[in-house]
Amino acid sequence: MGGYRRISAPDQPRSARMQNNNKNSSEPLVRIRGLIFKRGQRAIFDNVDIDIRRGGITAIMGPSGCGKTTLLRLIGGQLKPLSGSVRVDGIEVPRLSRRALMNLRKRMGMLFQSGALLTDLNVFENVAFPLREHTPLPEAVIRDLVLMKLEAVGLRGARGLMAAQLSGGMARRVALARAIALEPMMIMYDEPFTGQDPISMGVLVRLIKSLNEALGITSVIVSHDIQETVSIADYVYILSAGKIVGQGTPAELAGTNSQWVRQFMQALSDGPVRFHYPAPSITEDLQL
Amino acid sequence: MTAAFLGMLQRLGRWGLSALERLGRGTVFFVYVIGGFPEILRRGRLIVAQIYAVGALSLVIIVVSGIFVGMVLGLQGYNTLVDFGASESLGELVALSLVRELGPVVTALLYAGRAGSALTAEIGLMKTTEQLSAMEMMAVDPLHRVIAPRLLAGIISMPLLAAIFSILGVYGGHFVGVTLLGVDDGAYWSQMQATVDWYDDILNGVIKSFVFGIVVTWIALFEGYDTAPTSEGISRATTRTVVNSSLAVLGLDFVLTALMFNK
Ligand SMILES: Nc1ncnc2c1ncn2[C@@H]1O[C@H](COP(=O)(O)OP(=O)(O)OP(=O)(O)O)[C@@H](O)[C@H]1O
Ligand SMILES: [Mg+2]
Repeated sequence: MGGYRRISAPDQPRSARMQNNNKNSSEPLVRIRGLIFKRGQRAIFDNVDIDIRRGGITAIMGPSGCGKTTLLRLIGGQLKPLSGSVRVDGIEVPRLSRRALMNLRKRMGMLFQSGALLTDLNVFENVAFPLREHTPLPEAVIRDLVLMKLEAVGLRGARGLMAAQLSGGMARRVALARAIALEPMMIMYDEPFTGQDPISMGVLVRLIKSLNEALGITSVIVSHDIQETVSIADYVYILSAGKIVGQGTPAELAGTNSQWVRQFMQALSDGPVRFHYPAPSITEDLQL
Repeated sequence: MTAAFLGMLQRLGRWGLSALERLGRGTVFFVYVIGGFPEILRRGRLIVAQIYAVGALSLVIIVVSGIFVGMVLGLQGYNTLVDFGASESLGELVALSLVRELGPVVTALLYAGRAGSALTAEIGLMKTTEQLSAMEMMAVDPLHRVIAPRLLAGIISMPLLAAIFSILGVYGGHFVGVTLLGVDDGAYWSQMQATVDWYDDILNGVIKSFVFGIVVTWIALFEGYDTAPTSEGISRATTRTVVNSSLAVLGLDFVLTALMFNK
């Protein structure tokens, strides 16, 4: 994949330079400390610490509605935490000015859960969008880059289709091609595997792995497809009810005797993680 | 009794506050979007595409309405004027009504229904499907990239649409008055030329349609951007666009008319 010249990294914001941009690989790329975030009265994150290692694949897992997408939005600066620190590449995200945030985001890719393709553009133009917005590359180069990205996700032949003509799984793959168009330092994948057939699932798993290995792109995968995720992740966090209930390498988690982790990894409906959104008891609700 | 009255007062107060709050947010939105104009002006293709979407696609309804409104004016005007033996003033009446009032106002109302509602639905859907959010994450400011060209296109299109409306209305009136009812052709045009003033009538009409273009497009875009991200939210926002921008047009028309044409 990396045979062409790397697009020059967008100029660093002043604040990034001033904050002594520490590139040594022992410092995690994303460092979250004491994160608290609420929706109304409900604490989505209650004092959460997460490290995302440079060049690694970190998985964030947890039941639906536990705040995985919210976490990615906090990292991307679309939401601001109530308190706590979210540092990306040494930069404190919630305190960035709009311009500095934009500069940081050029170095982050995000794959949205819904794909979020621009519906007035076709597949080709969707992937070309970030290139056209952020680089002065000539049309011929853009064309080559876009086709290579589409080839990587197996959709070069679909370049002329409109976003509305794609299936959910195809849209997700186009969105992935778009997310890697600028070759960011980090990609956040929000549920990359849902809606994929076994073949494209395998392709995606390998693609994420090879993007990570060949280009050294740090990856964050949010998912509840345990097997696929664990098969490529270096480190896994398990979230539930606003807390980290388990973390470790896949091997460590498999050997753990924590009930939380066992319940999640083995997909048991019974256990400390509640399957239900908080509610009065069913007998009370049905007035039995 | 007093409790009911107090409750009413409370609701009124709450409504007033939320309306003010929305107005404030809408103003901030507007100013921020205007800030994107310099950047967008350098990318002409974005504007042209939007002028096509909001302006060119509104042409059919503007053309048809313009002709019919002109024909009705010709008919009504003739029937009134002929009683006073002044039917050759028909050209003046038709032209002044169109250029001063009907051109800008009816065009703005039609534009609100045709282009305004479409803009709201489009932006609302882009928000609901996270397209705006995705753009933000790609370090592209949706207010500048998506909203600004649409606002600019609306501002450019509206005076042109109003002009087309008025011109066709004049010909509609000519068709009914001159061709069907037998008003003198030369009188129709010369009366018009003699009385319609370039500055007082035409320029003021253009100013009106320019203001309406800003206001209607602004309301439509803000409603779309501010919509609750659900299908119900979009449908309510679309309705609000049509209602609010129509009311705004009629209210502003009165204010502008009072300012421009009081002698
Ligand atoms: N705009 C919002 N307003 C209020 N509450 C919200 C909003 N968005 C999300 N929430 C709440 O925040 C919680 C976390 O949402 P989030 O989308 O992060 O979950 P998730 O872990 O990504 O779930 P899933 O796996 O289903 O995608 C949910 O319980 C939801 O009810
Ligand atoms: Mg989610």
